[in-house]
Amino acid sequence: MNMEKTVEMYRKMLEIRLFEEKVFELYGQNLVPGTIHLYAGEEAVAVGVCSNLHKDDYIVSTHRGHGHCIAKGASLNKTMAEILGRKTGYCKGKGGSMHIADFNIGVLGATAVVGAGIPIATGAGLSIKLRRTDQVAVCFFGDGASNQGTFHESLNMAAIWRLPVIFVCENNLYAMGTRQTQVMLTKDIADRASAYGIPGVTIDGNDVLAVSQATEEAVLRARSGDGPTLIECKTYRHKGHSRFDPAAYRPKEEVEDWLRKDPINRLKRHILQEGIISDSGITEIEKEVTRSVDEAVQFAKESAFPTPESALEDVYV
Amino acid sequence: MKEITYREALREALLEEMQRDKTVFLLGEDIGQYWEGAFKVTKGLAEKFGVERVRDTPISESAIIGASVGAAITGMRPVAEIMFGDLMTLAMDQIANQAAKIRYMFGGQAKIPLVIRTPFGGGVNIAAHHSQSLEAWFMHIPGLYVVVPSTPYDAKGLLKTAIRDDNPVIFCEHKLLYPIKGLIPDEEFTIAFGSADVKREGTDVTIVATMFMVHEALKAAETLGKENLSVEVVDPRTLVPLDKKAILRSVKKTGHLVIVTEDCRTAGVGAEIAAIVAEEAIDYLDAPVIRVAEPDTPIPFSPTLEKFVIPNEEKIIKAIKRIV
Repeated sequence: MNMEKTVEMYRKMLEIRLFEEKVFELYGQNLVPGTIHLYAGEEAVAVGVCSNLHKDDYIVSTHRGHGHCIAKGASLNKTMAEILGRKTGYCKGKGGSMHIADFNIGVLGATAVVGAGIPIATGAGLSIKLRRTDQVAVCFFGDGASNQGTFHESLNMAAIWRLPVIFVCENNLYAMGTRQTQVMLTKDIADRASAYGIPGVTIDGNDVLAVSQATEEAVLRARSGDGPTLIECKTYRHKGHSRFDPAAYRPKEEVEDWLRKDPINRLKRHILQEGIISDSGITEIEKEVTRSVDEAVQFAKESAFPTPESALEDVYV
Repeated sequence: MKEITYREALREALLEEMQRDKTVFLLGEDIGQYWEGAFKVTKGLAEKFGVERVRDTPISESAIIGASVGAAITGMRPVAEIMFGDLMTLAMDQIANQAAKIRYMFGGQAKIPLVIRTPFGGGVNIAAHHSQSLEAWFMHIPGLYVVVPSTPYDAKGLLKTAIRDDNPVIFCEHKLLYPIKGLIPDEEFTIAFGSADVKREGTDVTIVATMFMVHEALKAAETLGKENLSVEVVDPRTLVPLDKKAILRSVKKTGHLVIVTEDCRTAGVGAEIAAIVAEEAIDYLDAPVIRVAEPDTPIPFSPTLEKFVIPNEEKIIKAIKRIV
């Protein structure tokens, strides 16, 4: 793996983590309306995947979407402003935490209906094929979404048409409070790929290098016209499903075990062990990331709320 | 001018727009080379444009519409066919939560140039899963346009406009209309959304009718004309946007309003039009507004049952005679 890319992935993962810690803090100060679904613990998936994408490649995200969008290159300022409901946010305050989108960098938006993004990413893949470009479309979704009919319909459709789509299942073991084992006999969701005649791989989703490697292969396959791949990333969310969920349904030992497998610490250890950069290099990155997150908070806080009447705009073109 | 069927008019619109714009493509179940559409609207198009642009799909309505949304927000102009309007239910999340909301929810970043064509309506004895009229459902979802053509001319002009529009359009067709004939110009034309058409002028009673009911209303108007009652028939042509002005203008002239639609009466198209007239022209009314609609049942199979629930000329005449 290219050293520069490894360091860049570390920076991105840290950016997501620190950004969300700030979101959590602001929530406690009543500055974030509604709810939030934190990505903490799953950063290796978004970053490992997006490190293989070009600016004009597409991603479709979910209600737990901050990480996906930031990994694809979304502005921290505009993301934070949107989460705080300000008019300078990505969606002018109309979407919020669950609906970040940036069409200029291929972020086709986060949908909060579980599983609804899967056919949309498939359609982006169809569009790529019809326009004959070498783009790819990535769809992020969870273990819960893989039980939706849209999963079946879309993977089958993408398979028969050999669409350049990479289906990335973030299996964090729980759909809200429901354990995977309660709702499917399948152990590895990637096994479902064989039902559609496409490759499926299960990987350690807390190992950003493994995620990146698997994605690289899937992207190559997609760009060569060989069709879709299903990548299942086993991972874990550090927090509950949403802001008010203490996640009491998860055994303490399980949580502790996964916290030990934190993807950011893991990459940091790797970087230091391999001597890719030094301790001071890590500290420098931490400082820079902290600064850009603080700037985003300041930008968002200083931004005005949208005018009430703007609620009537953007329904139609 | 030339005389063609409603089905041919739709086909001409698809063909012309596909020729005009390479980003226009069709997808749906059995629309391609082998079956050419359950109602043959896409006949010959796969042969002409190839199977890439006239795409047979699996029986996966959610993915058909979801994939259309994904293609529409990334530079294509998909025209999806859902074989029967009743099956729109299978794709409702993609229609109501995705296609309709993506632009708004993302602060105006996206354009969704998507047309969903589907046939509604009864009258052909195929019972409750192939006969209902759900136009009102889609009127209730901000972000969608709802188009309801009743003639070959309207069908062609409105479909061309729908394909060129950057918003998601629910393009409602009617099974009984496919074979009807009408005159259309030889040269190219389009019809703007939100422009109602007065299908027959009159001074005593206004009928607002849509789709196949326009033709039943015209028959009723003809019959009543012989009894010296002058009936005006207004066809909104698009329910969203709705040409309120044309409806109000007619009601203000006649003072009597009967609304004829094939959907269920409760919370239907007629309820909305009646409410608009009540809000904006109640002082002009000389009698109560009457809705002639389906009586809140699923559409039954047996011809005697189906005939009983679907509005027709006789029921329209009866309704008019109650208020004049």
